[in-house]
Amino acid sequence: MLAYIIRRIAQSVLVMLVVALVSFALFRFVGDPINSMVGQEATIADREALRDQLGLNDPFLTQFATFVARAAQGDFGISYRLQQPVMELILSRLPATLELALVSGILAFTFGVGFGVYTALRRNGWLSNTIMTVSLIGVSLPTFLIGVLLIWVFAVELQWLPSFGRGDVVSVGGWPTGLLTPSGRASLVLPAITLGLYQMTLIMRLVRAEMLEVLRTDYIKFARARGLANRAVNFGHALKNTMVPVITITGLQLGSIIAFAIITETVFQWPGVGALFINSVRFVDVPVMAAYLMLIALVFVIINLIVDLLYYVVDPRLRVDRAATRH
Amino acid sequence: MNRFARIWDSDIAWSFRHSPVAIVATIVALIIILAAVLAPWIAPYNPFDSASLNLMDGFTPPGEPNQFTGNTYLMGTDNQGRDIFSTILYGARISLFVGFAAVIFAMVLGIGLGLLAGWRGGWVDSLLMRVADVQLSFPSILIALLIFGVARGFIPPSMREEVAIWVLIVSIGLSDWVQYARVVRGAAMVEKSKEYVQAARVIGVHPARIVLRHILPNVMGPVLVIATIGLALAIIAEATLSFLGVGVPPTQPSLGTLIRIGQQYLFSGEWWILLFPSIALLLLALSVNLLGDWLRDALNPRLR
Amino acid sequence: MRSIFTTAASRTGRAALMAGAALAMTMTSASAETLRWARVADALTLDPHSQNEGPTSTLLHHIYETLVGRATDGSLEPRLATEWSISEEDPTVWVFRLREGVTFHDGAEFTAEDVVFSLDRVRAESSGFKALHSAVESVSMVDDYTVHVKMAGPSPLYVQNLTNTFIMDKGWAEANDVVMPQNFAAGEENYAVRNTNGTGPYTLVSRDPEVRTVMAAFEGHWGETPAVTEIIYTPISEAATRVAALLSGEVDVVQDVPVQDIARLEQTDGIKVTTGPENRNIFFSYDMTSDTLRSANVDDNPFKKPEVREAMSLVLDRDAIQQVVMRGQSQPSAAPLPPFVNGWTEEMNAYSAPDYERAAALVAEAGYPDGFSVDLNCPNDRYLNDEAICQALVGMLGRANINANLVSQSRSLHFPLIENWETDFYLLGWGVPTFDSAYVFNFLVHTREGSFGSFNGSRYSNPELDAKIEELATMTDLEARDALIAEIWDKVMEDRVFLNVHNQMLAYAMKDNINLDVHPENQPKMTTVTFGN
Repeated sequence: MLAYIIRRIAQSVLVMLVVALVSFALFRFVGDPINSMVGQEATIADREALRDQLGLNDPFLTQFATFVARAAQGDFGISYRLQQPVMELILSRLPATLELALVSGILAFTFGVGFGVYTALRRNGWLSNTIMTVSLIGVSLPTFLIGVLLIWVFAVELQWLPSFGRGDVVSVGGWPTGLLTPSGRASLVLPAITLGLYQMTLIMRLVRAEMLEVLRTDYIKFARARGLANRAVNFGHALKNTMVPVITITGLQLGSIIAFAIITETVFQWPGVGALFINSVRFVDVPVMAAYLMLIALVFVIINLIVDLLYYVVDPRLRVDRAATRH
Repeated sequence: MNRFARIWDSDIAWSFRHSPVAIVATIVALIIILAAVLAPWIAPYNPFDSASLNLMDGFTPPGEPNQFTGNTYLMGTDNQGRDIFSTILYGARISLFVGFAAVIFAMVLGIGLGLLAGWRGGWVDSLLMRVADVQLSFPSILIALLIFGVARGFIPPSMREEVAIWVLIVSIGLSDWVQYARVVRGAAMVEKSKEYVQAARVIGVHPARIVLRHILPNVMGPVLVIATIGLALAIIAEATLSFLGVGVPPTQPSLGTLIRIGQQYLFSGEWWILLFPSIALLLLALSVNLLGDWLRDALNPRLR
Repeated sequence: MRSIFTTAASRTGRAALMAGAALAMTMTSASAETLRWARVADALTLDPHSQNEGPTSTLLHHIYETLVGRATDGSLEPRLATEWSISEEDPTVWVFRLREGVTFHDGAEFTAEDVVFSLDRVRAESSGFKALHSAVESVSMVDDYTVHVKMAGPSPLYVQNLTNTFIMDKGWAEANDVVMPQNFAAGEENYAVRNTNGTGPYTLVSRDPEVRTVMAAFEGHWGETPAVTEIIYTPISEAATRVAALLSGEVDVVQDVPVQDIARLEQTDGIKVTTGPENRNIFFSYDMTSDTLRSANVDDNPFKKPEVREAMSLVLDRDAIQQVVMRGQSQPSAAPLPPFVNGWTEEMNAYSAPDYERAAALVAEAGYPDGFSVDLNCPNDRYLNDEAICQALVGMLGRANINANLVSQSRSLHFPLIENWETDFYLLGWGVPTFDSAYVFNFLVHTREGSFGSFNGSRYSNPELDAKIEELATMTDLEARDALIAEIWDKVMEDRVFLNVHNQMLAYAMKDNINLDVHPENQPKMTTVTFGN
């Protein structure tokens, strides 16, 4: 067990290093931060001096080694753009992104499971077909367009909901949350829908497919034969059995939620890490970009690690299986 | 029974004939694909020929004469004086090309690596599946952004224009291969242990032959489903990347680029620049998605 | 359309439906004091000498003050200095007489000591403004309210460089260890990045970078009490969202209004738009010096031939770009400098209607009967509709058999091309903060050497002209100087170093009851806001 955990952690560290290397390789091609950092009057010599000072003229591997050595100690340097410590900057933006991801995840999960179960049970009903088709419209248009259209309808025309920002936030134990203020909750609605739409469709389809399969198994047929009420069968037995793969996939989709948050946050001026990343790309704020990508890598490495370890603990068969296939 | 009748009577065809959604979706998709392919012949203008454009034709409303030139366009013109209808046809061409090419790229890569992993097993399998784990949880848009950024560095500026579209295809394709690989790997592992395969190996049948004749046909169903959904996803992904500033050049816009340009005119009153390309993209992606949905149900024997 | 929706909504118990949203809506009747102000980007830092960048200076003008200010008509106006002149004894010394009775936000008194400190700090290695002060030799305090600035040579226009040089409190800076602007190599954040102590009309109340900055009127300010007593500044980067926020009543003033939305906003009830010329012209330029081009399909350099440069000026349809691409929001001009800059003339501004046949003939005459192709580099996130302007030019050039391949990319990729001489043909915008032609010559016309020619992407090099440009810096006889400027312009226009498109216009959109004029440097001051129609 211990050996397995150590091996997995070692692999995770390796993955992090690879991500760091790849993202670092990218920065050379995003552009030159110097132009954004100095006024138009700066001479070419001034620019070169700043470039030297930032270490941008060092060989690639030197830059990378310096970065990794510092990052290992949690030091990601100072943002070129906002001149604040990168770690602090990212941590101050993280709550907004996590709150948005959480709310849209819950929305997606609730509606996804609900619609999924309904469409599975009424497989050929007209309402089922409508739900299936309409939900597809949500994934047939790019996220940014859906966001802009929602702003147009609900913020400009109807004036029901705010068009940008996070509203008022209150700090709960150092965590700034918008969930406790009316304007904070109202501000969440449109971005959460925009971000959750894609996941909802995905979960709904997954639940539907799993339900349809489970409903045909002997286990369910027996349950029915035993005279259990439809309701009890459908929800007590069938749904319960579909939940494991659904939850697993939903968990693994976290990365995708974070990715689409980049777009949603940009459209709604949501002050999260995604918008920070895009602004950093535009400015070529290397320290922030590097830290952001490392953060994402860390998130998925941890999720994968937890999932693997849980499997390992929960299912004894996997110990043998994994040992055979993986190592 | 001739071949046609055999196809007509197959389960799939029966299911198709009895699904109005599938029929309508197929017709819509075919019309769009055909229109895109035939764009140079059916489009009234060539919007990609910059020299033929008259800037003064810009922002002509649909069906109304332009206030300066008096020209009339069916769906109006955009900010450069391009006929929207023609631009949609040419744009759909680009979108479909990117979509199909990305799917094929992902499919070939995914099937190849999946077979390799499933057939060889051992450390090859471990390595490939670890890479797949990483890739699956790493946001696809970020992967595409990374590849686009790196590629831009390696390609000389003067060639970027021509290769931009290929970079886009590789970016989208690379972030999508894992699904194919997983399905194919699973199937390969199952088949490998079956007796007929063992027997074939004993009598010295080349592994490639076993793979091609016995394993691939078994996974073509699920692969086709993934590919169909993947096509819609790739077309949307191209639009999203365009919003983030990486994509095809503005002088040769795809549907996604057209929408990115059009959304700037949402509040200014020139609704047609956004509306028509959006409808075209919606119809295309929706019909492909619906087809994928139907295919998934139809190919799943347990659901029949 | 808006009024119908809002009244209907409030009658049907909007509060019950959307209690949260209602809060934002009830704030629309902006109290006469609070102003919610949105623009595309936030200030990068609050350190007054670190970043020489538009939004940063604009915000800082509310908290800090400069010795001299730039009025909306472009002229200089007194701020912390009440008088300024060149010393009668020594033409290399500038004398500044300071305002008395000014206090910093923390109560400290403003004196010459602070000015000396600030002018030293702004010349530090890590300052973003040091190039503007490169001619300064030393700064000294004569008495509490008089400062002498000693220049390396006569510098008659130095005062023009001071409009964004903010004055800090020496005592506060020393107490907080911020005597130097942010140094990135040090890897530590500077206290002045987030904290302020200026003499300006507003004090900083709170700041969440890229989210919200709140400022309140400073009771102890020396000037008139502004009508706006509280400013809430929120950057909104997406153009559509920014306009939506104004339409929905969530902000009161929007800077950086997209040109296509101006007409529609003007027709919207309760919203008005003010426009005015910006101190920034947009032009194309090309490598007219090298023997070969990097991206052309011909062996020589077509841009080296006067016929080709003339042909390009003949295909550029400035009026069409103004009417369609810019929606009327530009001043088409052949002069590569904004009209309020010293040296601009009516003749330079004039341009002729496009003549495609003549242009094609000229290209053929120059030795390209089949035309030629070349890359056109263009930024897509820097100037108003930059990419669309380039696209339009591509079409126009096509009619003269010049096949331009548009390469449009973000500013961080575009500008290094000009800096490193990696582009044959490019778009550039240029503002002239000193309001004098010498600034244009120094950066764009002079041969690239030392501090000269850093944006001279045309590789244009004329030693005779270089000497004249250098002479301008020290000339004190302004009449002779103007004559020399005209002489230099004549040569530059004759050689067609620039293919100028237009001068950019600015637009601010706001609630009907707010009055705010466009500032030529896009640095609106909320102290100038008045309410009422």
